[in-house]
Amino acid sequence: MLIYTFRRLLISIPTLLFIAFVIFMLLELAPGDPMAQMPLTIPPEVKEKMRIALGLGEPWYVRFPLWLKQFFIVEPQYWIDSAFGTNFADGKQRIISFQSRSPVFDVIAQRLPQTLWVVGMSYVVGVLIALPIGIISAYRQYSVFDQAGTFVSMIGFSVPPFFSGVLLIVIFSVQLGWLPSIYDTTLVVRDWATFKQQLMQMVMPVMVLALQTTATVSRYMRASMLDNLSQDYVRTARAKGMTESVVVMKHVLRNSMIPVVTVIALGIPAIFGGAIITEQIFKVNGLGQLLILALQGSDIPMVMTITFLLAVLIVFMNLIADVLYGILDPRIRYE
Amino acid sequence: MSDLTQPVIATPAPAKIRSQWWDVWAQFRTHKGAVFGLGFLIFITLFVTIGPWLWTVEPGKLDIRNKDVRPIYQVLFDSNAKVSWNHPMGTDNLGRDIMANIMQGGRISLAVGWTAMILAVFIGTLIGVLAGYFRKADGLLMRFTDLVLALPLLPLLLVMMLLFRDPLRASFGPENGIFILIVVGIGITSWMQTARIVRGDVMALKEREFVLAARSIGTPSRRIITRHLLPNVLSPIMVSATLGLATAIITESALSFLGLGFPSDFPTWGKILFDSVDRMTAFPERVIWPGLAISLTVLAVNYIGDGLRDALDPKIRGL
Amino acid sequence: MKLKTALMGAAAAVAFAPMAFAQGHDGERGSSGHLNIIYWQAPSILNPFLSGGTKDVEASSIILEPLARYDETGTLVPYLAEDIPTVANGGVSEDLTTITWKLKEGLLWSDGTPVTANDAVFTAEYCMHPEGGCAQLSKYNGVQSVEAVDDLTILITFATPQPNPYGPLVGGQSPMIQAAQFADCLGARAPECTEANFGPIGTGPFVVTDFRTNDVIQLEANPNYRDASKPAFATVTFKGGGDATAAGRAVLETGEFDYAWNLQLAPDVIASMAAAGVGTPVTAFGTLVERIEMNLTDPSPSLPEGERSTAMHPHPFLSDEAVRRALSMAIDRDLLVEVGYGDAGRATCNLVPGPEIYASVDNTDCLVQDVDGANALLDEAGWVDTNGNGIRDKDGVELRILFQTSTNAVRQDFQALIKDMWDQIGVETELRNIDASVFFGGDPGSPDTFEKFYADVEMYANNFDGTDPQSYLAAYTCDKAPRPATQWQGENINRFCDPEYDALIAELQQTADIDERSALARRLNDMLTKDTMTIVPLVDRGRVSAHANSLGGVVLNTWDSELWNVADWYRITE
Repeated sequence: MLIYTFRRLLISIPTLLFIAFVIFMLLELAPGDPMAQMPLTIPPEVKEKMRIALGLGEPWYVRFPLWLKQFFIVEPQYWIDSAFGTNFADGKQRIISFQSRSPVFDVIAQRLPQTLWVVGMSYVVGVLIALPIGIISAYRQYSVFDQAGTFVSMIGFSVPPFFSGVLLIVIFSVQLGWLPSIYDTTLVVRDWATFKQQLMQMVMPVMVLALQTTATVSRYMRASMLDNLSQDYVRTARAKGMTESVVVMKHVLRNSMIPVVTVIALGIPAIFGGAIITEQIFKVNGLGQLLILALQGSDIPMVMTITFLLAVLIVFMNLIADVLYGILDPRIRYE
Repeated sequence: MSDLTQPVIATPAPAKIRSQWWDVWAQFRTHKGAVFGLGFLIFITLFVTIGPWLWTVEPGKLDIRNKDVRPIYQVLFDSNAKVSWNHPMGTDNLGRDIMANIMQGGRISLAVGWTAMILAVFIGTLIGVLAGYFRKADGLLMRFTDLVLALPLLPLLLVMMLLFRDPLRASFGPENGIFILIVVGIGITSWMQTARIVRGDVMALKEREFVLAARSIGTPSRRIITRHLLPNVLSPIMVSATLGLATAIITESALSFLGLGFPSDFPTWGKILFDSVDRMTAFPERVIWPGLAISLTVLAVNYIGDGLRDALDPKIRGL
Repeated sequence: MKLKTALMGAAAAVAFAPMAFAQGHDGERGSSGHLNIIYWQAPSILNPFLSGGTKDVEASSIILEPLARYDETGTLVPYLAEDIPTVANGGVSEDLTTITWKLKEGLLWSDGTPVTANDAVFTAEYCMHPEGGCAQLSKYNGVQSVEAVDDLTILITFATPQPNPYGPLVGGQSPMIQAAQFADCLGARAPECTEANFGPIGTGPFVVTDFRTNDVIQLEANPNYRDASKPAFATVTFKGGGDATAAGRAVLETGEFDYAWNLQLAPDVIASMAAAGVGTPVTAFGTLVERIEMNLTDPSPSLPEGERSTAMHPHPFLSDEAVRRALSMAIDRDLLVEVGYGDAGRATCNLVPGPEIYASVDNTDCLVQDVDGANALLDEAGWVDTNGNGIRDKDGVELRILFQTSTNAVRQDFQALIKDMWDQIGVETELRNIDASVFFGGDPGSPDTFEKFYADVEMYANNFDGTDPQSYLAAYTCDKAPRPATQWQGENINRFCDPEYDALIAELQQTADIDERSALARRLNDMLTKDTMTIVPLVDRGRVSAHANSLGGVVLNTWDSELWNVADWYRITE
């Protein structure tokens, strides 16, 4: 297993470089231009000069290696410099966003807290609710609990966030006036009052996002549990006189986790991708909003950097999932 | 070992097949949710396909004098409400009949949902099974999955638009061309979860005794996959399919929002819902109709999936 | 003194609440507390020279100021300057090649250092640097040199006579930046100065305390602001992001914010929000015109790439003036206004709807929909339905139109309505909407840009900065047509080409007399609109913003930044 993990990590490097190249070429091919958001009153020749100032005058085979160099060499140098006060970077050009002309990593670091708070929290909440729902729904198949769980999760999943989010705002912010409709990203949790404020502004986006996660995870959990509950080994275990809780929670659950682990692992990179629509609706202005604005503004360095970081997470999380398969089911062997 | 293999090993005599499917149907009928789901699905399909023949109002017809007509039941709450039997579900802000739009929109939404979902489930299952079963293919296929997972959707669709819209428009006409583009776009960007789940399950299943037994008697790989592995990964595939249908219908509306979807005179459930969100408080019916249509369809498919899964599982069926 | 009179005058002209107005002026700096502004497009940067985006220009306008701004009537009022130089007061030379600005005495930057003419010289150098990619470069068109005569006197010399010399350092787009702060940021080094770009030192009423790109700006009152009693607000939160609906809701329904910018929403949606009684929508008109542009060249996909939509092939039917005229006559503009803009729109037939002296007031024929007239015109021109399929044709060419625009709810409603109207005159329309980042992107590789115009007609809105339409009208000369040779760049997207028009533009560029300019501009406007129907204007679009009922002093201005008078805003106390 250790050798397998090590080999997979090694393979990740060329994989990721290839992914970076494909993403770059995709962005290069995609129509759209950073000048699209400039007003039409700016004449074309000025726009052309602005494009050249952004470095877009160079062909892709110059810009791609430049990005690689900035990402893998210059940026780490800056981190080392800021951590140890050294001067490796020596004023080299960092990855600069087209829109804000500021270093891409500074903006990402600025956005990370609210994304982790809201999207990460909703993911944790969603998974924590989903697992028991899935287990109970399967164990008591077609009970009232199961029916209600199915109904709520399917309705929840099929209602898009651009509707459910606005519905919550209309009810809780406009009609009742209980919760703020606009997320304050500058809020610093210092004491009980600010903590309460933070909770209040998080409730609605977390609810909307958790609903989606809960629906997905609980459906897979339930289906997988059902498959395993009818297996022979369950009958054997019960026949051996094991208590019901041991049978369900230890044997069945463990064997049912493979698809659930897959879904959860796939969901984690998505947290860092942010929740584009929900962030937009509640003005959370996290990574999702950053990414969509960058996409709309054809901010290639920003899009490239965020998507590549996501790619790293995806590759890494899928590796973790694969390792977990082997732990959950020792029969799975990787050579 | 497992009695799972029993029905498939049996020689397929015609009479037996019929009785086997009859068994499935008999089991399916006992599942109330599934029967309700099937009923609703048939109803909604007829509603959107036959409906426009009976309700001949043109969905795109503007009638600005009759804009903002409320649905007919509104009279119960407010006797002064602007209602009309000519528009039982009301009209929108440009005077288009909502019922006709729901019918027309349903045709497209259902077609997009089903086609994209089937495409995604097909690709996902194929790649998942191949990667899970053939160890040699696993590395390459899963790295490919990682790549597709990492691709940003929006630029990908923009590039697809750029490359294929005009050729498709030329060969299939503007509507079918964009339909193909959207269905393929959603399909090829939503199979990865299914693929990874199926692969994980297949990897575990192929080490189980009944697969080893089948292999030891010389069953070819193709038959092991179709007869032994696929039936056992059916339930996660069913879940993927149900969730995939909902995702496809909603993704389509998100695409129109980004200007990548159908032309604006093409209603779809998702788009009707999206366009109505701003007027949700004044005209709640405009979000309720499409919202209900999407939710109930997804719910129906989910119950049918549950029923089918139970019905196809010989261990439950045998009871 | 003069500055104060001008400001008082401007404020008094529109102060609908005179009592509150007095209160706002009597208050001390910072007495009104905290102000919340929401822009649904979040500002990315506070340096308007590096981003021409409206959101960025407006956000920076509360920090950075120009020598003079346009007020809500379109007249110039001095800000950092003593007064407005004109030929009459000797500030502009007789031959129109120089303009001399005098700075107000005693002005300080927010860091306490004095404002001098050198800062103006530096600002010009910064923007005109060949490698800087300055977004406002066109404001410096024709500038030969900018010199500091003394500490307070700025002399701008133009290479050629400029009938409108108020480009450099005038208006929200072209403010003054501090030389000391940006000294190391010239040219290619501009993007490296993140700190300066995110927190410029200015002369405006507020100073940045925290800037988060594409998210939120925190500001506080400028301790060195030239009027000791202003601004009334001590601190400001400037939130960005979301969508227009959410911004409107936050001001008009929940009252969480005090001011929301540019609410591009359907009139019934705004009205229902305003019914909550927390805030008030305000409207003002500028020069923004939603129009349909006719493609005079053939966009047919059967033509080889490079010849498609170029002057080599005239359009099969839109080159016939009768067809263009009939298409315009069939449109009910009042209905479009009612559906899309309500009080924030006016039907118009003019490309230049304002300011008053430039607007062609007699051009009103198109305001009345005339379907019968349009049908008769097409019959007369030989466009009849010969094969009975409901679509007019002539010599085998059918009137099938591909109508494209950018993705936007109101535009899609307009498309549906216009399709229906054209249906009534036997013209079939296929609609297409394109993501705005592609449509306005200008990528020569994409077939979907508005410049490439691979469609028969397209709809969008355009306007001009300030009050002078010269460069706006000059966009329609022959040489400005987008074509492969120009990498598909160019503003004359109709590929309109008329030597007489080009000659008149050249004349306009030489004319200084305001009445003559006005006559010429009207003539040019009419040539493009009612004479040839090359451009079919639809709606003169006003700006709708909203402010909380407790916020006083708001004067909506479409000629400059909306936040031009934020120093005069105050909290109305009961």
